[in-house]
Order: sequence, then C-alpha cells, then structure tokens
Amino acid sequence: MAATMDAGPTRLIRLLQLGQTEKALRAQGMWQCVSCQTCSTRCPKSVDCAGIMDALRQLSFERGVTTPEQQRTVLFQKAFLANIRRNGRLNELELIGEFKLTTFLSGRSVAFLLKDATLAPELMKRKKFHLVGEKAHDRAVVARIFARCMENSRL
Amino acid sequence: MSRIGVFICWCGENIARTVDVDEVTRQVAEFPGVRCAVNYKYMCSDPGQAIVRDKIVSERLDSVVVASCSPHMHLRTFRSAASLAGLNPYRVEMANIREHCSWVHPNRAQATAKAAQLIRLSVEKARRDHELVPIRVPVTRRALVIGGGVAGIQAALDIANSGYEVVMVEREPSIGGKMAGLSETFPTLDCSQCILTPRMVEVGQHPKIKLYSYSEVETVSGYVGNFNVTIRQKARYVDIKKCTGCGECWNVCPLKRNPSEFDYAMGMRPAIYVPFPQAVPARPVIDAKVCAKIIRNGCGLCLKKCKAEAINFKDQDKLVEEKVGAVVIATGYKLYNIGKFQDRPKLEGYGEYGYGKYKNVIDSLQFERLLSASGPTVGELKRPSDGAQPKSVVFLCCVGSRDNAKGLPYCSKICCMYTAKHAMLYKHKVHDGQAHVFYMDIRAGGKGYEEFVRRAIEQDGAQYYRGRVSKITEENGKLIVRGTDTLAGEPVTIEADMVVLANAMRPADGVEQLAQKFNVGYDEYGFLLESHPKLRPVETASAGVYICGACQAPKDIPESVAQASAAASKVLITFSASELTREPEIAKVNEDTCAACFTCLHACPYHAIEQAEVRTPRGVFIKRTARVNPGLCMGCGTCVAVCPSKSADLEGFTEQQIYSMVESLV
Amino acid sequence: MNLAYYPGCALHGSSNDYEQSLRACLGALDVQLKELDDWICCGATAAHSLNQKLAVALPARNLALAESKGFHEMLAPCPMCSMQLLKARKELAESEALRRSISEIVELEVRGEAKVLNLIQLFEAIGVDRLKAAVKVPLSSLNAACYYGCLLTRPPEVVEFDDFEQPRSMEKILESLGGKTVDWNYRTECCGAGMTMANEQTVLDLSHKILTNAKQHGANCLVVACPMCHVNLDMKQPNIEQRYGVKHAMPIYYLSDVVGLALGFEPERLGVNRHFVPGVARSADLQVSKPAAGPKAAAPAKDAGTKAGATAKS
Repeated sequence: MAATMDAGPTRLIRLLQLGQTEKALRAQGMWQCVSCQTCSTRCPKSVDCAGIMDALRQLSFERGVTTPEQQRTVLFQKAFLANIRRNGRLNELELIGEFKLTTFLSGRSVAFLLKDATLAPELMKRKKFHLVGEKAHDRAVVARIFARCMENSRL
Repeated sequence: MSRIGVFICWCGENIARTVDVDEVTRQVAEFPGVRCAVNYKYMCSDPGQAIVRDKIVSERLDSVVVASCSPHMHLRTFRSAASLAGLNPYRVEMANIREHCSWVHPNRAQATAKAAQLIRLSVEKARRDHELVPIRVPVTRRALVIGGGVAGIQAALDIANSGYEVVMVEREPSIGGKMAGLSETFPTLDCSQCILTPRMVEVGQHPKIKLYSYSEVETVSGYVGNFNVTIRQKARYVDIKKCTGCGECWNVCPLKRNPSEFDYAMGMRPAIYVPFPQAVPARPVIDAKVCAKIIRNGCGLCLKKCKAEAINFKDQDKLVEEKVGAVVIATGYKLYNIGKFQDRPKLEGYGEYGYGKYKNVIDSLQFERLLSASGPTVGELKRPSDGAQPKSVVFLCCVGSRDNAKGLPYCSKICCMYTAKHAMLYKHKVHDGQAHVFYMDIRAGGKGYEEFVRRAIEQDGAQYYRGRVSKITEENGKLIVRGTDTLAGEPVTIEADMVVLANAMRPADGVEQLAQKFNVGYDEYGFLLESHPKLRPVETASAGVYICGACQAPKDIPESVAQASAAASKVLITFSASELTREPEIAKVNEDTCAACFTCLHACPYHAIEQAEVRTPRGVFIKRTARVNPGLCMGCGTCVAVCPSKSADLEGFTEQQIYSMVESLV
Repeated sequence: MNLAYYPGCALHGSSNDYEQSLRACLGALDVQLKELDDWICCGATAAHSLNQKLAVALPARNLALAESKGFHEMLAPCPMCSMQLLKARKELAESEALRRSISEIVELEVRGEAKVLNLIQLFEAIGVDRLKAAVKVPLSSLNAACYYGCLLTRPPEVVEFDDFEQPRSMEKILESLGGKTVDWNYRTECCGAGMTMANEQTVLDLSHKILTNAKQHGANCLVVACPMCHVNLDMKQPNIEQRYGVKHAMPIYYLSDVVGLALGFEPERLGVNRHFVPGVARSADLQVSKPAAGPKAAAPAKDAGTKAGATAKS
C-alpha cells in the first residue's frame, strides 16, 4: 500500500525516530494501511511496524489530529465501534446506514450515498440481508467494557 | 624480618587529584615490615624506575609494592626494574589505586583511606612472596595448520619458508578453499585462481610442508610446544602416490551427474572426480555415497581402466599421529543457508525470495561459479533454468546478515564489495545487460574500495536502490522482484532474468567441535575467540594455538592473508628458542599431603593435572598423587578451591597469602 | 469432536453462507459445535485502529466465555477473529498485570487456556486420512488456487500456523479430496481486508491482482478460508470487472464448500448458490472435467523451476 501513501511506513517511523511525532500523526499514510501484517513479518529488526501503524492511528484519533471528516476510514471505524457498543455484535444494515449518512453529511456526493444501492436487492435475494440485526443479550456489559476502555474517548 | 619497599605513584593527576598521596605515604610507612615508603609523580618513567632500583639496593629490600595503575599496564615494567636491581621479579606486587580507587571514588577522604587499605593488602601479600623461577618447556619446532584456504596456505608458506616443518590438514580433497572457486577478486579484479594456484602448487611441492588432504583432526592432547595430534585420513579409494592424474577413470565413470560441491550444484561431476582441474593434490577421490562399486559391488570400470593400479576399493580411513609445537587454525567460512533447512534454532530462511523454488534465484558463490572462466558454463553467463543470457540481474545485499529476526545480527563485511564486483563482472560479460542492486548501506572501507564501488555505479552503470526486497515471484519465466527505494520514497518493481542473493559469511561446519578439542573459545555464531580484539587478534586463550582468516570473523582476502602472516609470526616467536618460558604463577600440589582423590583433575578446565606415582629412588611404589603439568597450567586456581586436603596451592597467590590479606583488613 | 464455536459478526451477517457450509460438512464429520453463549464482536479492524485496550478486551471476553463453559478448544472460522483472539491470548500470557486488568474490565477471569483453531486447523485435526476416506465425489474438475490472505499465517509469532511465505495446508486438504491445485504467486497477498466500505478502490485494486494472477496460473476457482476475502473477491467481483473491463468469472469457494462438495453435498445445501459469482450448480458437475478457465491451461506446476522453456522468454 506504500505506493498510495503520502508517507509510507519508512517515513513515518523515521519521523518518530527524529521526535517529529506531530508530523507523523498528521500524515494520512497509516489510514491507507490495510493491516496485512506483511511489514512486521519481513522486518529484519523485528520492529512491529503493523503495531506502530495501529499506535499512530489510535493516537491520531484520540488527539483529534485526524478527524472523521478528514478521513473516511476513521469515520467508518468510529461508526463500527459505536455499532458494537450499542449492539454487542455488528448490525451491518445499521452500520452501512450510519456510514453513508455521516459521509454524506460531511459533504460528499450523492453518488457515494447511492452507490451500491443495487446491492441491497442482490443481498436480499441471497438471504444475506438482515433487516433486524443480531444483538448480544448482555449489552450492558459491552457498554461497560467500552466505558472502561475509552475513558476520554472521542467515540 | 621483612624489608618491603612501597612506591606510591601520583600518575600525574590521575591518582594525586583524588588520593592524598602524602598522607598515604605517611600511613604506609607505619605498616609492619615496610622499610621505606616514597611517592613520585610518574613511577613508570625512567626516573621513577630508577628510584625503585636505587631503593632496592640502598635499603636491601626483599619485596617491592608499587601502588599505581592496574598491573595489566606496568607489572612487567616494575618486574624488569626489580630484576635489574638484583631482586627476584616475582617479589614485586602492585596495588591498583587508580582503576580501583582514584578513578571510581570522587570523595577524597574515602579514596585516601581506601588507597591505604589496598596497599596494606599488597604489603601482606608481598611479605609472603617467594622467589619464583620461570618455567621452561621444550618445544617441538613443527607447526600444524588446519585449513588449506588462502589463510592456511599463507601461514604454512611463511612458517615453512622460515625453515620449520608444517603439517597441513585440509578437509576437502583439494586445498584452495573458497578462493579457488571465485572468478575475480576485488578490488583488483585479479583472476582468483591465477593468483592462488601458484601458492597452492608451492604448498604441494614444498619440501617442508606435509599435506594431509581429505583429512581432519581427530584428537589433540598436550600443550604449547608439545601437542600430540591424531589426524584421520579419510578413504579416497585412490592411492595418490601411485595415481598419475591421467583422467581415464573420471572419463569412463558412468555416474556423471552428481551435483558438484565445488560448483555449489551449478554443475555436475562424476562419482570419481577431481574437484577442479588445478586441484592440489591433482588426484581424484571417489564419492562413496553414490559409487556403484562401493554400494552394491557393481560397475568397477575405473578400476579396469587405471593403468597405474591406483584404485583401491578396499581403502579405509587411516589414523596418523603427528607431534607439533604450535597450531594455526584457518578453517574459513561457509555461507548462511537461505532455504528452510537451518542448523541453529534462532535462524530461519527467507521464504519470500524463492531460493530453492525458482532456479534462477541463486546465491553469491553460485554466481561466482557461473562467472568463472573455468566454471560449469565456461565463463559465459547462462542462467540455470534455460541457459539463456540474463539481460537484467538483481542483486540483493544483506541476506541473512544484519538481521535480528531471521538471520545473524552482524555485518558480513565483504558483501557490499563483492556485490559491486558482481555487478561489474556481469556488465563486462553482458554488455547490454542491466544490474540492479538493493542495499541498506554500502560498506567499502578498504584501500581503493570506495573508488571500486563508484566504478561499478559510474562506469558500469549498475543501478543502486537503497532499500530491501520484500518478495520475489516468477511470472512467465521472469522473476518479479518487489522492493523499495527509500531515498526516492517509492516502491520499486523489477522484472529480472536472474537474482543473486548476497548471503552472510558464517564459520565453517564443525568448527565448534574443533575448537573444543583445542580449548579455544568461540562466540554464539561459532567464530573463534581471539585473546584481545585489538591487541591480540590472532592469539587465543590457549597458548600455542593461533587463529587467522574468516574463522575468526568475516573478512576479505587481503585481511585473511595479513592475519595468516601474523599468526605465522606468532608461531615463529614460539619457535624462536628451543625452550619456552612460561610465567611460574601456576598451581602446585604438595605430594606429601595429597590424598589422590583427583577431584582437581576432574575440575581442571585445562586438563593440566595428571595422575602420577611417587616412588622411591629404586622404583618402589609409595603412593599415587596428583601432579600439575607446568606446561599446561594457566593458574586459574580451581584445583586450589576444590582440594579437600588443601594440598593444591597457587604459586604467587598462596592460601596463606590470601588469608593474611583478608585478615589484615578485619 | 466437541468444541466451542465463535462465529463472529461476518458469519452471522453477510457471510452466513460460510456458516451454512461449515455446519453442513462438519456435521457430516461428527464435529459438534457449541456456539458461544452471548459472544460479542472481536473488535475487528476498528478496535485495534482506534483503541488498544478495546482491541485486547473484546477478544479477551470471548476467550473467558469459552473457558467459563469448560471448553479447551474454540473454532473461529474468520481469521480476523482468530488472529485477534490469539493476539489477546498471547499478550495476556506475557503480562500478568495486563491479564488482571483486562479480567477486571471484561468482568470475567481470563486465563487464556482455551486453544483457538481456524477452519484449516480443524480439518487437520480431523485428519487428512479421514477426509480422504469420506470423499464421495472427488473434486477432479477443480483446478484451485488456494488463497490464504493475511491473517491465517501472519503475524507468525502470534498465529504460529503453517509456513508464512509458502503455506501448503489448504493445498494438502484439497489434494486429499481429489482436487488439483495450482502454484501461484498471490497466496498471501492482501485482498484489502476490512476496507470494503471505507476504501473500496483499494479492495478492488488488490483483489483484481489476486484474481488475475490466479487465472494466469491456470486456476478455475479460488478457495478461501476467510469471510472478508470472500466478500472482496466474490461480492465485489462484478465491481472489479466493471472497473477494469475484464471478465474474471472466477468462482470463490469457502474451504468448507469444497470439503462439503467432496463429501457429497449438493451445492445448494452448502450455500454455494448464494455466492455472487456462480460456482458449480450441481454435485454431478464436479465429475465432468471442465477446461480450465483462462488463456493458459498449464498443468499444475509442482516446482516452477522445472518448467524449462514452456513459456519462458528471456
């Protein structure tokens, strides 16, 4: 994925080594990362590069350096976690709905909103479309777990 | 009554700034047995030494204590000074009030008090010093050189040309080592065999060199000046004295397609073979693992063809004894294994490069054979899969080296240089070819080395990318190499015809077992340990055993040759007199009180204690006893610690001395 | 065999065809799956990207649920889930302080004793010989490209499964079922993972490369053991075809699909008819030898190096 990044893993780690953490957090490169773990597997110094990408994402999000509005991936993942918090398990329809709506409200196109609309009947035909999603029974414990983990959260 | 002289050094400011030397002198002068106590700015200087000598004479001193730096620095200096003044040098003690005192304690009062105490300890020790005489050990003035590569060859020639006999043991059927298989060498681009084979022939024909080829060292006993070595001559099935090297046998051998060890499987050889035409000795060997006659009593064509009747299928390994006085270990290197099979738990191979899966991914020594004028492709560069001339070759540096995860953490030193060489030689053979080199850093620190690498880049057009390769796959006969260029900050993908991996240098197989036979240490990678990395690079902890070449650490040919001559010079020092002197601070067993339990014998790490018998002058047996071999003992004191009857003691560091030192403090 | 079953959100969501096929074939192999009571989402990509504690806590709770019911082994057919579970298990084993703090957060004692298996490991535990003996319909018309993706074999020190550069565990299973496999070059390259919604372009690009390479090496189908990979390669295949103007027409089977087919189940029973790219329609079709899809009908290469000169151009 490095070819698509403004700053790839080499550059991001170098910035961290030089103490330019702020600059690294402002980069968008780590949001292109798909967490395929190839980097850590190949590194001759056993640097957990995938873990560093995680840390950059977490810090960038927590400190509000990268906002959901700037980065669609953040928006999606924030919606994902909110979904889990509510339901204990992922409710796909809810997620897609929330994601598309918030993306649209952040000023993106109608095209994006309506994209994949034809997917819905295809999914329904194949019984992959669940109007009412599954929920965990004990959702309260999930909410508590979230509260304890994300104390000063931007979630 | 003791007459001890104490000489306290200021060491300029090093001691005097922190320790109040005048106060210490005053205190020390009061110690019982101290005849005189003086201090001076630089005790080790000529005037300083003169003070010591003068006081020895004028005060009729019987012991001297010098309170100054570490004995590692100047013990020898002061012992010589004492000798000159007529005092036995082993009645000189040093109190280290610099490294152990002034350099580590900032508080003046505390440092001063400690300095006085340290001197008190030395005074107590000096009081009980005996006169000792250096030990003399006879020397067999013959050397053993293990390993017939360029380092072994150089060492053997240097020693033999000085007039001493050399026994050389080489594991392979021919000497020459890895260098014999190289094509051209950096930085001169000399043809490797052209510069080496004259030396090889010199070794083979030298009247003072006894060459055991296709042999290994089996057992060793003894000590410096007096080693007994058993050598195993492996069965060649060919009598090299009768054989004329005519070649009828290997021409007629029907089993022609065995992967050649010399060509690193880039070429084939018959079951009876000479590893390469310029081999020394130029005599064949039979591979018992594949020979039909040996395995199932078939074939036998070579036996029929041999006019010299040199072939002997009943050949067996032979054991030979040799006596030598010094040993040079020059066992060389092997390369890191890139595939899955590894001989150490922490190593893994590089599955992502496809070595072993794709025929056109090879390692550096294999590439050397393809380049070599006398190689399997006779100097034409043909790639292994289809024999086509590769128009684009990718070279990867640091395969297995500088790798904490899968390989070895150290730098293999020669790969940057030989990769540049490979890129150049490739271009010289394939004028329209393109070399691509992936590197992390370029290490070119020798004479003319940087210029050599620049030549590869500027004149021979090698494209260098600063980055590593992530993965190599094969599509439609082309190798797809995916790497990165961190200077440009971009991924780089190259479609190559061939890939050459620069894998790391490691010590040769079996070196650890060999080192154990000689009591030589080795590090976690198997590299043999030198006595001191800066000041004693070719000596080892075992007296009389020297090392040189790649068995000590990764290095190139110039350094191997230099170290080989260095090791030879150490051997010549050992041989410079018909007797060797050794320091007398070794263990001694009181044979009267020894109970012959031999705990010491088993505890001794140098195998320096023997079982001996005490007999009357007429030979009547009285008792058994442990006895220290003065040639082997290194004075470690282990036997003293374990002896239940307190019969073992250490000259110069007796139990009495140690206990009295301790009690003087309490 | 009796083990805990952690489906994860995908298998109860848009990848419920995966659950359908694995329940069918495991049932036929006498494996009893007990779905974990009240399991929760493992956190997937979102948790480890936004909050480290959550990334450990969510899987940890599920490990504790399995233990509390006395299970020693748990099947997690989705590699994202299995990797997160194994990662949490490892981190908790390495730090007693972390284990205690996470146990508090998830309100259950997490000891990390239960083993987590992916589907391939479960088939290996059942045994290749047993599978071979149970084959009713040899998969002779399949020339499969086995696709592992990222998280089955990486990070190697966490999942400790198969050779992470040249894995062969799925190929072995397929070959024991009478199928043929191809040697191809994208077996462990990422398909885009969880970026399907957030960054569709990435998924299309990466998945297109995978499908193209499989075809180039003579495959007529892919076999996967991951629901995310399945979505990216199957559900998104029409989008890929549109974007690149290529017709891949490459059916994507779950590993449980091919096992089920070999055991004699009809494709419909396994949910194969619910894929976006049509796979085999009837069990009988498997017996008919189909020409390999794609321009190069090369025999499966056992060792790429030995094919001297077939299509080599220097």
